[in-house]
Amino acid sequence: MKREHNGGITRRDLMIVGAATAATYAFPKVAYGQANVEAPASGEALKALDASLKSEVSFTVNGTARDIAVDNRTTLLDALRETLQLTGTKKGCDHGQCGACTVSVNGRRINSCLTLAVMHQDDEITSIEGLGTPDDLHPMQAAFIEHDGYQCGYCTPGQICSAKATLEEIRAGIPSHVTADITGPIEASDDEIRERMSGNICRCGAYSNILAAIKDVKGQNA
Amino acid sequence: MRAFSYERASSPQAAAQAAMARDNAKFIAGGTNLLDLMKLEIETPTHLVDVNGLGLDTIEETDAGGLRIGALVSNTALAADERVRRDYGVLTRAIVAGASGQLRNKATTGGNLLQRTRCPYFYDTNMPCNKRAPGTGCSAIEGFSRSLAAIGGSDFCIATYPGDMAVAMRVLDAEIETVDPDGETRTIPIADFHKLPGETPEVENELRPGELITAVTLPASVGGRHFYHKVRDRSSYAFALVSVAAIVNEDGTGRVALGGIAPKPWRDETAEAEMPNGASAVMRRLLADAKPTEENQFKVPLAERTLAAVLSEAKG
Amino acid sequence: MEFNNPAENNVFDRAKVIGQPLRRIDGPLKVSGTAPYAYERHDAVPGQAYGYPVGSAIAKGRITNIDTSAAEAAPGVLGIVTTLEHDPIENLWDYDPVRHFGGDEILHYHQAVAVVVAETFEQARAAANLLDITYERDESANFDLSKTPQASGDSDADPVQNVGDFESAFASAAVKLDQTYTTPAESHSMMEPHATIAAWDGDKVTLWTSNQMIEWGRQSIAKAFDIAPDNVRLDSPYLGGGFGAKLFVRSDAVMAGLAARKVGRPVKVTLPRPMVFNNTTHRGETIQHIRIGADENGKITAIGHHNATNALTAVGGENATLPIVAFYAGANRHIVNAPAKMHLPNSNAMRAPGETAGLMAFEIAMDEMAEKLGMDPVEFRIANDTQVDPGNPDVPFSDRHFVECLERGAETFGWSNRNTAPGATRDGAWMIGHGVAGAYRPAPVQKSGARVVLEPDGTLRVESDMTDIGTGSYTVMAQTAAEVMGLTIDDVSIDLGDSNYPVSAGSGGQWGAASATAGVYAACVALREQIAERLAVAEGDLTFEDGAVRHGDTSTPLSQIGKGEEIAAEDSIEFGDFRSKEALVSTFGAHFVEVAVHAHTGEIRIRRMLAVCDSGRILNPLTARSQVIGAMTMGVGGAIMEEMAVDHRHGFFVNHDLAGYEVPVHLDIPSQEVIFLETTDPYSTPLKAKGVGELGLCGVAAAIANGVYNATGVRVRDYPVTLDKIIGQLPAV
Repeated sequence: MKREHNGGITRRDLMIVGAATAATYAFPKVAYGQANVEAPASGEALKALDASLKSEVSFTVNGTARDIAVDNRTTLLDALRETLQLTGTKKGCDHGQCGACTVSVNGRRINSCLTLAVMHQDDEITSIEGLGTPDDLHPMQAAFIEHDGYQCGYCTPGQICSAKATLEEIRAGIPSHVTADITGPIEASDDEIRERMSGNICRCGAYSNILAAIKDVKGQNA
Repeated sequence: MRAFSYERASSPQAAAQAAMARDNAKFIAGGTNLLDLMKLEIETPTHLVDVNGLGLDTIEETDAGGLRIGALVSNTALAADERVRRDYGVLTRAIVAGASGQLRNKATTGGNLLQRTRCPYFYDTNMPCNKRAPGTGCSAIEGFSRSLAAIGGSDFCIATYPGDMAVAMRVLDAEIETVDPDGETRTIPIADFHKLPGETPEVENELRPGELITAVTLPASVGGRHFYHKVRDRSSYAFALVSVAAIVNEDGTGRVALGGIAPKPWRDETAEAEMPNGASAVMRRLLADAKPTEENQFKVPLAERTLAAVLSEAKG
Repeated sequence: MEFNNPAENNVFDRAKVIGQPLRRIDGPLKVSGTAPYAYERHDAVPGQAYGYPVGSAIAKGRITNIDTSAAEAAPGVLGIVTTLEHDPIENLWDYDPVRHFGGDEILHYHQAVAVVVAETFEQARAAANLLDITYERDESANFDLSKTPQASGDSDADPVQNVGDFESAFASAAVKLDQTYTTPAESHSMMEPHATIAAWDGDKVTLWTSNQMIEWGRQSIAKAFDIAPDNVRLDSPYLGGGFGAKLFVRSDAVMAGLAARKVGRPVKVTLPRPMVFNNTTHRGETIQHIRIGADENGKITAIGHHNATNALTAVGGENATLPIVAFYAGANRHIVNAPAKMHLPNSNAMRAPGETAGLMAFEIAMDEMAEKLGMDPVEFRIANDTQVDPGNPDVPFSDRHFVECLERGAETFGWSNRNTAPGATRDGAWMIGHGVAGAYRPAPVQKSGARVVLEPDGTLRVESDMTDIGTGSYTVMAQTAAEVMGLTIDDVSIDLGDSNYPVSAGSGGQWGAASATAGVYAACVALREQIAERLAVAEGDLTFEDGAVRHGDTSTPLSQIGKGEEIAAEDSIEFGDFRSKEALVSTFGAHFVEVAVHAHTGEIRIRRMLAVCDSGRILNPLTARSQVIGAMTMGVGGAIMEEMAVDHRHGFFVNHDLAGYEVPVHLDIPSQEVIFLETTDPYSTPLKAKGVGELGLCGVAAAIANGVYNATGVRVRDYPVTLDKIIGQLPAV
């Protein structure tokens, strides 16, 4: 047995406990992009600062104006899911690694988990709830049902938001990794759709069916 | 995520001043890497300066016949720009090889240059890591290092620079423009921008406290055929094991830089002079100092074979 | 209802509703984001606070102190529960004998050691990082499977099968293979992380959670909190995937319950994604020593299989021997499963547990044997088909069409057109290869119940604690009820996942659909009997169709039976032991793939995939196909990218997030085709159905590995098959 307490015996072991604790490191002030620096970590100090750590923000969600007070730390995803209780947008990883939180902001799809709510003043946000309802489905939602483009359903809202954006991005001529000629027009080929949908992970593996659904909607628009 | 105060900056210099005025301040633009790291308390700013309102989101032609790309131009917009696609194809190809459509919509030109390593030990705050917590040791050197640097690392750190865009910018001889809190501007060649870890892996770039990237400039087009071949296990939405950014001229000369294999975009102008002699000749020089781990030694032949693939395709 | 004899001709053979490719009835909710998952139940109970969990920073040792003072003083904090406040909460279920929380001992990395509760998520997360935890690390633990005695490949553990004389038969075999294969630890990585909202009312607790097996969970929670099972309610109507990760309650449920009790408010807890990999379960690593002997004609005479796998507890590990005991003929067999106790997180079931890793290895071995014999790998497998249990030849398979799977697949895929010479087919820069593998998985069932209510308007409501983890339970259960009651699926509504409803089979082991639909059948028969009683006729004389019940020339709409009142019936299906004594009930399949390997870089991409499945009656070809293509997709992951990398010094899975642990994305998955053989298995259930969702994964990875061999001539025996393992043997450039 080797005993450790906030740093342990060797420097190497420091972080074994340090990271889960309030261990403080005396880092010098460093430049943007460099190492982490220590924030005030005492509860009392934070309480004193509490008011300055919140902000008010106004934006439009699915056509409805919303004015909310948020903790500066609140992501757009958590503002939707927790503050506004619009839970159609999903949290799969909270780190931009799965795409379940995909929404549209000012007409462009983004990962809502990696953006702060406070950074969206005056923005227009569209989540899955804004595309359609069970009784009034968007064509992409209907196509996902028709082609069984899901299983558990958890990644589905993000897939649908991305699917809609994928067709829009192809129409807008934005190139992708699989675009053979980046100076020419872009065809909505299977691989173009697959590549552009690759930021939305479906662990149930409905990819083939999702592709079929997107192609179906593409055909309707053609 | 530690609590922080937040402000929107009104001008680039004001942003730089705001960042300088407070301890532990950081700029935030796209946020796709910073927030990821803040959630894990790998980054712990107490003040964020939002630079998204500063303009800096246009791509203009320079007097020298090149392009000046605002620091806030999104990855998507940069990759889709007609001039970039026509004259700097390697840049478009590199950008669209990275991340996902959603992330590229949010990620910015300036922020992308600053993205931090994906070393799994850097990401786990329970583990020793000299980059995250200087002096604690490097867990990666004798650990899971398959994705990490085979060249350019040190006994302190073998993290890779994970990005794609900067690798293309390296072969294009891009320059990075900045402003500091005093309003002074300067231009940093991309070759000098990213730092090797040496004994201070926490220092990743040339920026000084408060200094803000305002633009990236590209010199006039150098012509040639442009390639970006990114090798990874998963076919998309994954970081490079190795990537090759290359410009190949009809006479076989050209430029080449590597991604995924070093702590910074990896290019050596003397090595690329060997391009007419083939991939092996280039890599003998470019990777002469490689010090791979057992787990990532495959990257050395992989880099050579990937360049060979590119040269083969260039011959068409 | 007891199922004590093989099913005869019955109501399902008319197959008006069952067997039809109907769209999911829960589809509109899922595509509109209105299907409620566990963490989203804002409506369930007011005053929910946020709990944020903390995982251990070490893999083995103990905690000597947790200083909570800084965290307690942080804004919004309502309370903190630490592991030191509780006796160990462990062994909540026989199949999952792990410690979830409590005590000072650390048994694995990211073991839950505290949960911090605050008014908001942001406050809870920040305060969680203020805990000051002191550890004492035990450095004696081994985290490297290859360094265990079991890894030698011939440990003296008791064989799971020992038939004939393996050693002699193998020694004298004309053609032999003796190889070792490895499979890495894999993560379920379902898209919804584990999550629970817990609320107490006196000594009663309700958990809105994400759980595949409601009754197991209810019993487990009762044990965790030392209360009567009747004081526990679990509700899990929608799960964002599980794949086995949610078979048992996990620390999120335990912490939510403890925290809610401590702070006196409902508390919701979700595991942060980077904590899921080491806190919960995974598919264990394996090292498999395989020996196969055959005669000159390709008849297997000897099968030896030794499986070493990591397990923290007595119930753990990836038992790769499971399919080997019964898949192929061979008179002499010696098969050993040897779990090695290691202080990695406990390994437990992940989709097709055992079969997956077992066939990843064995189906490469079969390919290698075919090559040694100079036989086509399809023909070699056909030559070694068995219609009886090779370990107990008196017991036949109830219904086995493996040969037909191979033949149909080969024909459909164009197998005969392939180039049999490895490394000899090019398409530009890509080397092209084709691979085949067999698939095998038993078709277990579990007792399953349901309640059906005939509403006054003639529609039917079905209630069961069965879960739908994406498998289509809602739809196939509704189809079953509609078929039995002579209704359309639009006449049936269905509520699932609530422990207030009758206990079902739950979702696991690919028993869910087969068992739960049989349970609905039992309940519907009970309802039909009540209707018969009201009509004063024998149930067998009634015909239910078109929303009415007919007896002779008399037809009575179902809406008139209850005379304005609802009629409820409840029953369970119980499966008699004839099902295991008289026959071996299993599912079979064959996978065919075309792969491309970049001749320069070794990048591996899949070009097309075909699965042929023999799974009895397919309850809904649309949702069943989705199960299979999804499994094929997971198989691609297992073949060419998925690996939880073990740090042998610190004892944890290093790549513990969805960027580091790569699972397939859209671009990885090519055109996929699925063929279901039109079979029925009367030994399985009254519907003659068997599961298919796990079968679809079995053998996929090996088909790909075999395809890579055919493309390149490089045989990789260590998964995943990645470019670093082949690049040294690719053609010079």
